Amino acid sequence: MPGKSMNWRSGALLLPGLAFLAILFAWPVARLVATSFSDSAGAFIHYQRVFLDPIYVRVIGRTLLLSTQVAVLCLLLGYPLAYQLNRSGPLGKAVILLCVLIPFWTNLLVRSYGWIVLLNPQGIINGLLREIGLIDGAIPLVHNTTGVLIGMTQIMLPYMVLPLAAVMSRLDPTLPSAARSLGASPLAAFVRVYLPLTMPGVLAGLLLVFMLSLGFFVVPALLGGPRDILLAQLIEFNINSTLNWPFAAALSTVLLVATITLYWIGDRFFDLGRLWGTR
Amino acid sequence: MTGRLSSAMLTAFAAAICVFLVLPTLAVAPISFTETNFITFPPRGFTLHWYREFFERPEWIGSLGTSAVVAVLTAALSTTLGTMIALGLGQLPRRTGRAVTFFFIMPMVVPTIITAAALYTPFARAGLVASIPGLVLAHTVLALPFVIINVSAVLQKLDRRVVDAARSLGATPATAFRRVTLPILAPGITAGAVFAFITSFDEVVVALFIAGADATTLPVQMWSGIRFEISPIVAAASCLLLIVSCVVLTLFWLVQRK
Repeated sequence: MPGKSMNWRSGALLLPGLAFLAILFAWPVARLVATSFSDSAGAFIHYQRVFLDPIYVRVIGRTLLLSTQVAVLCLLLGYPLAYQLNRSGPLGKAVILLCVLIPFWTNLLVRSYGWIVLLNPQGIINGLLREIGLIDGAIPLVHNTTGVLIGMTQIMLPYMVLPLAAVMSRLDPTLPSAARSLGASPLAAFVRVYLPLTMPGVLAGLLLVFMLSLGFFVVPALLGGPRDILLAQLIEFNINSTLNWPFAAALSTVLLVATITLYWIGDRFFDLGRLWGTR
Repeated sequence: MTGRLSSAMLTAFAAAICVFLVLPTLAVAPISFTETNFITFPPRGFTLHWYREFFERPEWIGSLGTSAVVAVLTAALSTTLGTMIALGLGQLPRRTGRAVTFFFIMPMVVPTIITAAALYTPFARAGLVASIPGLVLAHTVLALPFVIINVSAVLQKLDRRVVDAARSLGATPATAFRRVTLPILAPGITAGAVFAFITSFDEVVVALFIAGADATTLPVQMWSGIRFEISPIVAAASCLLLIVSCVVLTLFWLVQRK
């Protein structure tokens, strides 16, 4: 009895949602992908441009490099923070969690604007540096790659800290002390015991941050310079400024395939699904 | 000794990162009270001029109204659809469930710029560009995964025996659902609704593509404010956005605690 009636019921519950996402998501995205192949001059003509024209190769290279830098920066800042979160008392935990979750709940535009306020030539950071006498004029911290790196790292950091903290909290806390009692130095105990045990969290965090950074649009557009644009900005430019839909569609397809592949890897091997709580 | 020292250093480092995380959010508030026409830090003087301007200029206050309407409708639509999806997923066999979940999570994984580009042409054909229904439909696509995730999380902890007990005591399936399952799922459903509201209220990329002049949302208005008019009115708008987020989250916390 449960088998048949349950299938019928779950089908009835899923159908409206499936139809909704099919019409408003899957079909439009499929149409966009199809557009990229629809040129009378050849199905792959736009992909040749994406992968052979040095201008566009440079944009892809820059996007990959920046996403890698953001992921590594997030790891360098996020690992100690997750470690501190895990060893803190209830109050410390609450404060750190609040600081990690505030960005989660703050509008992206507000945060980007906040960085412009802080980092611009008249901003507080340059003002402080002038005050101490370290600089005379102003160092350009925003509307260039530095600004994008700072802004993106702040926005992606929670995605690194949360999987790391989840792995660390599941670890047996006596293992590093066991290594110490067997004669390992603190460094050796960390490098040979603690770090390998937290590797699943490290890899999940790196993958997640890298994946999300690849297609990021808002922060690079607001904090970046006009000369070093990234993949998502190139897509927007080709749609809104040059109206070159097929080329924008080809760029979107490249980004789409990269993102879904990375997510699939994460879901399959690093348990990203558990992070969302869907499993 | 070295242990104590490195421990203190770690604490200091973690504190510095926490400052880094909240700094841009905190930096906005003082700017909104400056008497200057440009953004400067530290701000000079104290005035509520920029807040008055926000409420007097139709493009700003109007966009706040549009955002609020769109966010409420998005929350309603995506919470209904998403709860049904989560309930349906919960009844599927494990393997099928995982594959179907993968499909439903996609709008969260696919970069928003792609969703925006993909929706533009069909929306233009259907006359949904620059309209509130268009924004609600697009934002519901983006918000659905968050509702599904939140409801599924509670559903996984639901003890089926409680529902079976209600049934064996004579409740019809509908009554058992309404009086037993739904109250247990309520925290997940509210959490999903809050996520959906915030997702829509903060969303800028899709809105940039399809909002147009007749249905400008607050984030779109802020976007052009940041890019083309570096006046402290953006800071005032930011503070109002922060207040909305705080109010929504406090309400949410109060409901969850009950």
